[in-house]
Amino acid sequence: MTDRVTHRRRGSHVVAHLVLGLGSLVMAFPFVWQLIMSLSTNAEVQSVTPVFWPSELHWENYAEVFDRMPFLQQLGNSVLVTVLRTLAQILFCTLAGYAFARMRFRGRGVLLGLVLSILMVPSQVYLLSQYQIIQSLGLLDSVGGLVLPGLFSAFGTFLMRTAFLSMPNELEEAARLDGANPFQIFWKIMLPLARPTVAVLAITTVLWSWNELLWPLVVTTYSERMPLSAGLATLIGDRTTDYPVVMAASLLAMAPVLVMFVLLQRRVIDGLASSGLK
Amino acid sequence: MTTSQTAPPAPARTGSAGRGGPAPSRGPRPEHTLWPWLFVAPLVAGIAVFYLWPIVQTAGYSFTETGPFGGSTFAGVDNYVALFQDPELYLSLGNTLLYTVIVLLGIPIAVGLASLLNLPGLRFAAVYRVLFFLPYVAMPTAVAMVWRVIFNGDFGILNRALAVVGIEGPYWISTPGAATAAVAVVGLWSSLGFSMIVLAAGLKSIPPELYEAAELDGATRWRQFRAITVPLLTPSIFFVLIITVIASFQVFDLLYAILGSSNPVLPRSMSLVYFFYREGFVANDKGYAAAIAMVIFLLIGLLTALQFRLQRRWVHSD
Repeated sequence: MTDRVTHRRRGSHVVAHLVLGLGSLVMAFPFVWQLIMSLSTNAEVQSVTPVFWPSELHWENYAEVFDRMPFLQQLGNSVLVTVLRTLAQILFCTLAGYAFARMRFRGRGVLLGLVLSILMVPSQVYLLSQYQIIQSLGLLDSVGGLVLPGLFSAFGTFLMRTAFLSMPNELEEAARLDGANPFQIFWKIMLPLARPTVAVLAITTVLWSWNELLWPLVVTTYSERMPLSAGLATLIGDRTTDYPVVMAASLLAMAPVLVMFVLLQRRVIDGLASSGLK
Repeated sequence: MTTSQTAPPAPARTGSAGRGGPAPSRGPRPEHTLWPWLFVAPLVAGIAVFYLWPIVQTAGYSFTETGPFGGSTFAGVDNYVALFQDPELYLSLGNTLLYTVIVLLGIPIAVGLASLLNLPGLRFAAVYRVLFFLPYVAMPTAVAMVWRVIFNGDFGILNRALAVVGIEGPYWISTPGAATAAVAVVGLWSSLGFSMIVLAAGLKSIPPELYEAAELDGATRWRQFRAITVPLLTPSIFFVLIITVIASFQVFDLLYAILGSSNPVLPRSMSLVYFFYREGFVANDKGYAAAIAMVIFLLIGLLTALQFRLQRRWVHSD
């Protein structure tokens, strides 16, 4: 009986591997193709007879990236913007999430409702005014302008509040008896307990901040002030497209996040799937 | 605003009960009532200034007319009247719908893939997960670059592959309709892994005894899939559906980066959000763009409400 079951299971695994393997190839193909093109000549990319492997590996295309676009400045902008947003969101969202979950104060329900209502509004609705605020602060084309609205997150607050809601009271009570003030209780006891959710918040913020296009496109005009996402999108406006260099630049731009993903795969996948948002 | 809340001597609802300390702890000490405000103040201030106020402001802008030098005057519902008569609204709505429908085709595919991925004892499951999820975490503008070349009419690998089977592919990214479909295929590719992982998590919560019982009854794999897996997975499918529709209705990055901002076909292949972006930040017509934003907001709200309404008909609840 069990033999038959396991036999049937194993039989179906062949089909599963066939389908999943083929699917994986389709999913990974664009990345592989991009890598191959990044090492080819422009003529090979555009040749009428397909070239599946370059006659020679042109690693110099990667060096060329730094001459064609202000790659290092854009990388610096991306890193700075992402780090600032991630740190700020962790700080502000854990503090607020904790208070909303575990402290009683007047107006808590109203404030929480207002913050969470943002989650239902698509970003276009606040984009115009955000732009005007940044413009009136004189922060267009600056790191300040790029990061500012993204320092605060309703989603992060929601995420952290949920995490703090599910924690036991005992530790808090014990610390209170020991005379710890609310900030000490939060910082020394509750925040460490929430570390897995903080990691989810950090991952979602890094991915969103690194990859997003619309906001940087709106608040920057000079390419050396752009993060990589906007820098790449405007690079292709040029008539004469040097495909191998564009592919090399794209791979370099994606690399930090892809490396992070492969290193932390389980955490990233489960975190994103459970949070339900990018 | 914050300080006024410290004044009223609110009854100590949490404090004294558990503490049982000496007299000073009776009734909230000043810092006791100030603490929550210190905790929420930075976030609430940021959200109020950069999100709540802008939402109110955009709603207001949608009733104003933007002058040639950026000044605005009250215009009632003029923007909305003009917008509903604007063929570009229906064009971009149609493109957005086409995009959404194509991306939604990924959900049944993801259901199938997730159930394969969840087979007990499947080897390399972790590898498959990573590979399917890769497009979801990759920068849209960066992957757009390779898809531009794959879809290229002259030397793209897609048309070459089609030529092998005797089909002459169109100039994907410079033909209206085909351009939207091409972008949607990339959208499907990039969201498939996410749907698959969410659905795989949903599959894990189906009790294995159900399959064992069905197996004893001689039910085939296909029958088990239809009678157990799909019905019990409907809550997860519903979640994925909601998320996918909301995200698809806001497509911008892939469209902008794959088609390219100077593409002459873009005005005919644009999505709602591109239409908004163009009016608001290229044409600088703030009032009109605000009206578009409000319409997008309304459409997404209506679609989501409709799905929650229809949900009762097909989503399994226990």
